[in-house]
Amino acid sequence: MKLAETQSNGKEAVLTDFKEIGNIIDTFYVGRRDCLINVLHTAQSIYGYLPAELQRFIAEKLDIPVSEVSGVVSFYSFFSMKKRGLHTIRVCLGTACYVRGGKGLVDHLRKALKIEIGDTTADGLFTFEIARCIGACGLAPAIMIDDNVYQQVTPAKLDSILAEYKEKKGVEKA
Amino acid sequence: MVHLTINGKDIAAAEGVTIFEAAKQNSITIPSLCNLEGIHSVGSCRICVVEVEGAKTLQASCVTPVAEGMVVHTNSKVVRDARKVLYELLLSDHDSDCLFCNRNQHCELQKLGRQLGIYESRFEGERSERRIDSSVAITRDLSKCVLCRRCVTVCNEIQQVGILNPQHRGFKTVIGPSFDLPIGSDACSFCGQCTVVCPVGALKETDSTQAVWDAINDSTKRVVVQVAPAVRVSIGELFGYPAGTRCTGKLASALKELGFDDVFDTDWAADLTIMEEGTEFLGRAKKATSGEGTVLPMITSCSPGWIKYIENHFPKSLEHLSTCKSPHTMMGAVVKSFYAKKIGVDPKDIIVVSVMPCTAKKFEIRRPEMKNGGYPNVDEVITTRELAEMIKSAGIDFASLTDSSFHKPLGLSSGAAAIFGVTGGVMEAALRTVYELVTGHELPYENLHVTPIVGLEQIKEASIKFENTLPEFSFLEGFEVKIAVTNGLAGAKILMSQVEDGTSPYHFIEVMGCPGGCITGGGQPRSKDVDIREKRMKATYEEDESLPFRKSHENPSIIEFYKSFLIEPNGPLSHELLHTVYTKRGLYNELTDEEYIIETPGHAIPKTFDHLSKIRFAEDSGEDYSSQVLELKAKNAKLMDELKDTLETVEVFRRIIVDMHESNR
Repeated sequence: MKLAETQSNGKEAVLTDFKEIGNIIDTFYVGRRDCLINVLHTAQSIYGYLPAELQRFIAEKLDIPVSEVSGVVSFYSFFSMKKRGLHTIRVCLGTACYVRGGKGLVDHLRKALKIEIGDTTADGLFTFEIARCIGACGLAPAIMIDDNVYQQVTPAKLDSILAEYKEKKGVEKA
Repeated sequence: MVHLTINGKDIAAAEGVTIFEAAKQNSITIPSLCNLEGIHSVGSCRICVVEVEGAKTLQASCVTPVAEGMVVHTNSKVVRDARKVLYELLLSDHDSDCLFCNRNQHCELQKLGRQLGIYESRFEGERSERRIDSSVAITRDLSKCVLCRRCVTVCNEIQQVGILNPQHRGFKTVIGPSFDLPIGSDACSFCGQCTVVCPVGALKETDSTQAVWDAINDSTKRVVVQVAPAVRVSIGELFGYPAGTRCTGKLASALKELGFDDVFDTDWAADLTIMEEGTEFLGRAKKATSGEGTVLPMITSCSPGWIKYIENHFPKSLEHLSTCKSPHTMMGAVVKSFYAKKIGVDPKDIIVVSVMPCTAKKFEIRRPEMKNGGYPNVDEVITTRELAEMIKSAGIDFASLTDSSFHKPLGLSSGAAAIFGVTGGVMEAALRTVYELVTGHELPYENLHVTPIVGLEQIKEASIKFENTLPEFSFLEGFEVKIAVTNGLAGAKILMSQVEDGTSPYHFIEVMGCPGGCITGGGQPRSKDVDIREKRMKATYEEDESLPFRKSHENPSIIEFYKSFLIEPNGPLSHELLHTVYTKRGLYNELTDEEYIIETPGHAIPKTFDHLSKIRFAEDSGEDYSSQVLELKAKNAKLMDELKDTLETVEVFRRIIVDMHESNR
């Protein structure tokens, strides 16, 4: 398996090796146009996201027009055409979190990570998303990073949390 | 039979028919929008809702089958109110600038509003994307789309090209190509069948009428017009004539009144095509029978939508295509060479306009191959629909026109050319000439119609044996030509799969990109008549039988043209002017740099997808084409070279040391 990586020129390299999903289709899904969603789920779990060329590969393998595949991918919010970061930050914007400063956290993250909602940082560390109530209203404003919930977050606290993750990455690298 | 009541009327209907159909059979019209009889019934617009007693909600009549004892109301208050709300909701996200829309007064949405008695639109709110996406052939105006999905059905099920599909979700839904690519950079064949079924102005041919008006009004230009065979059997419908009325004479008169300097007939060039294509086929057949290498089956090349399709989908098989240009581009090439010389006008001052039943022809003339001496063979293409608009706009009363003929010398044609517009026609025309050239006898069919390939079936086949051949064609004695004819790209896909598998049993194949052939091409009048193909087909064969010459090689104008200009079919001059080459494009146009997008002011082409159409996953050849890998491979090769140099140096030093060591001893 090979994931796309950011090249030195800043352009995203093209995913080219689809052998793994190709083998899975050949084993389980030959001629199964009706299994498109299953195949897309599997592909996203392997490659992390569904770039255009992967959708084209799946379309040809299953003999489905690529416009139909991209139609399904763009319909379901679970599917992503963008590369995902190592960690997913979800800022809760449910009512309680919103009134207690969730919006401010979103603005702060925008500036701190220099990306918009739904995007991934250039270093591939974070993907920034919004959640609608994570059931932690008593801890508002709350954010989640992967499966960890952080409570009563302030911009300052957020900076130190982000620093922790960055440090962790540094340690792993070393 | 099923018995039910509609609006208090007892009705018996066949099992399985929908309420909509049962009502129609009994002269009850239910208003509808998305439904298209025999093609598309998905119940997406809900306009055709009816009240079924006992049902919880209103039912879409176009998808609800009749049932025994059903009691249906199609015009009750609850139904009428519901339809009004549905219609107003449609309008709330529809660009209602009808006065500037080319579907004004023949728009199904407009007509429906009148039918429902709508005089206000109560809902206003956010509007969805208002992008215009123009290619050289087809223009999409997203602000006008009502998401009825007729185009989706035609593109995916009938043509099986699969370019148009719903993208995104809910309010953001658009019908379009994958990844929101502009249609001009996708693998669209430009067949235009979507423009025929679109009920509103969302899908249409890209306008060329303005350019044609400009040409007509430019006194420094000699403006030559030509008209395709299928236009004369359909244009009458746009002036109130019943379907299947032949209007050849009126058409020629109308073009003269519009101000064209020369009014020629593409049929003349169709006869020329037969001479060239027939000769080409005989050449290939000779090579095949003598054991020389050749490519068979040979496939006709008159339909530019088909050409674009094969270039996108079967780029490895382009050698099967006849090298003949399509008739109207042949005509253009002849006008700007032979005719220009004859009338003493510089080809740069000639503008050739083609009136075509086709949207793909608008793309064809922009191909870089369709040029001679630096000038495009044809400058503008207008569809049958566009010509009718121009005639109306000029204030010409079509019905009161007297018949006239096309101008000489490029206006005389045979019946063989007349049938170019219908599926099976090009093949029949070719056989009429080829058979007679080879055997000296007429084609052995009643009235010269090759009956097995006449009709609207998807794939038709026949075989014809050459017997008692003339001495120069003795190599064909006993040779049985196997032919196939298909109309619509779904049929082409089947035949091409056989060709690529090596299982195709045929020698000669005719493909027309549109179902039925040019008679129901993408530029033809929109019709809801389910028998439209039969009617226009019948008129086409009548046109053929009405003409004094029935075979292309008997057309005296063509005989004279070869004598005085071309010398011989497939000769050097023919090759220069009348034959062409094809372009490998690939499923995502990744094999070519050509693009057919037109920028519309105020509607930027999304730059995000600039690179996208060129991307294709690496084929399973073991090679890896990602730029990163290539970079690494190059680096690796360089390092290996350096390593080799170093090892050689080490080896030299080692030898020196060994030598020194030995001499010291």
